[in-house]
Amino acid sequence: MEEVQQIAAIDLAPLRIIGAGLVVIGAGIGIGRIGGSALEAMARQPELTGKIQTVMLIAAALIEGIGFAALFAV
Amino acid sequence: MFKYIVRIIEIYIFAPILKTINQANNMKLNRTLFSLFISTFFVVTCFGSESDGKDIRKNIKESINHHLLDDHNFTITHGVSFPLPVILYHNGDVDMFLSSKLYGDHSNPIRYQLDEKTYTIDSHGHILGYIAGEEFHPIDFSITKNVVFIMICFILMLFMFVRMARSYKHGHLPKGVGRLLEPIILYVRDDIAIPNIGKKHYKRYMSFLLTIFFFIWIINLFGLTPLGVNVTNNISVTFSLALLTYLITTFTANKSYWGHIFWMPGVSVPMKIMLAPIELLGTIIKPFSLMIRLYANIIAGHVVLMSILGLIFIFQNWIGSTLSFGLAFALSLLELLVAALQAYIFTMLSALYFGAAVEEH
Repeated sequence: MEEVQQIAAIDLAPLRIIGAGLVVIGAGIGIGRIGGSALEAMARQPELTGKIQTVMLIAAALIEGIGFAALFAV
Repeated sequence: MFKYIVRIIEIYIFAPILKTINQANNMKLNRTLFSLFISTFFVVTCFGSESDGKDIRKNIKESINHHLLDDHNFTITHGVSFPLPVILYHNGDVDMFLSSKLYGDHSNPIRYQLDEKTYTIDSHGHILGYIAGEEFHPIDFSITKNVVFIMICFILMLFMFVRMARSYKHGHLPKGVGRLLEPIILYVRDDIAIPNIGKKHYKRYMSFLLTIFFFIWIINLFGLTPLGVNVTNNISVTFSLALLTYLITTFTANKSYWGHIFWMPGVSVPMKIMLAPIELLGTIIKPFSLMIRLYANIIAGHVVLMSILGLIFIFQNWIGSTLSFGLAFALSLLELLVAALQAYIFTMLSALYFGAAVEEH
C-alpha cells in the first residue's frame, strides 16, 4: 500500500509543473492576442485609443489572474 | 586579495574607454551620469566578491524567502534595526513587550520569560508560547514592519490630501503636491468611476476608489525602495482590500443585481436554477481574483528582482554584476509601471463590480 502511494506521489509532481507550464503558455498566447488585436484596432481607429486601452487592460488582467492561479497549484 | 587586484586592473582597462566616451560627449550632465553608471558596476562587483559562502545558492534562496516574510524587527540595513512592539493575546490575557526581547546576538531567536509564560519565535516569524512546557499559539496583534508602513502610508496620504483640500479655499489652483495629484484624481473620476458606475451613482464610491488607488500605488512604490518593505505581497493585506470591495458591492447592490444572481431573467426555469449557484459563486470569485492578482504580481516582481541581484553572488565577476545591474535596473523600471498598473487595475475592476451592483434595467 505504501509503495503504491509513493509511486503516485512521484508521478504527480512533474505533471503538476507541466500543467502549470501549459496554463502559462495559454495565458501568454491570450494576452499576446489581446495586445495584438488592440494594436490593430488602435491603428485602424486612433480616436478610440483610450477606450480600447481600458478594455485591453481589463481583459489582460483577467487572464493574468488565471495564470497566477495555475502557478499556485505547483 | 588577488580578486581585488583583478578589479583594479579592470578599472584601468575601463578607464580609457570611459575617457574616449567622455571626449565624445561634451555635455557635463551626460558625463556625470555615465561615470555614475560605470562606477556603480564596480561598487556592486566589490560588494559581491566580499562574501564567499559555501552554499551561496542556498543563502540567496533563504535571503529571498526572508525578504518576502513579514518581520517583527524593522531592519534598515545589515545590523541596523529597530525593535517593534509585540502584542499577544491568549485566553483573555494581553502581553506587550518589545521584539528586541525575542532576538539575541546576530538576530538569532532567543526565549523570553514573561511571568509564567515563555515566548519564542520560529523560523517563519510566528511567535510561539509555552506555559509549563506546553506549547500554545497566541493571537498576534503585533505592530510588525508591514503595519508600520501601512501607518506611514496613512499619515502621508492624510498629510497630502488634507493639505490639498485646504489649498482649494484660496482659489481654484491647488498648491504644492496637490498640483501633481489633481490630474490623477480627475483621471480616477472621469476615466474610471464615471464610465463604469454611471453619472448617477458614482459619487458614493469615489472616496473608496480614490483611497484604494492611492494606497496601493504608494505602498507599491514603497516596496521598490531599498527599505525592504513588502506590504502588498502579504496576502492578508490584499485579502482585506478585496474584502472591502466585496462588502461594498454586497451592501450597496440593488434589487436588479440580486435578481440577476438568483433568478436570471430571460432564460427558462431549469436554466435559472442551474445559473443561481454559478452566479453566487461568481460574487466570491471576483474579489478573490482581485486578491490573488495584486498579491501574485507584486510577489513575482520582488522574487525576480532579488534573483537577478543574486546573480552577482553566483557569478562573482564583473560580467555577472554588470549583467545583473543592467537587468535589475530595467526590471525596476518595469516594476514602477507595474506598481501604478496594479493600482489602476484594482480600482478599475472594483469600479466595474460596483457598476454591476447599481446598474438599472
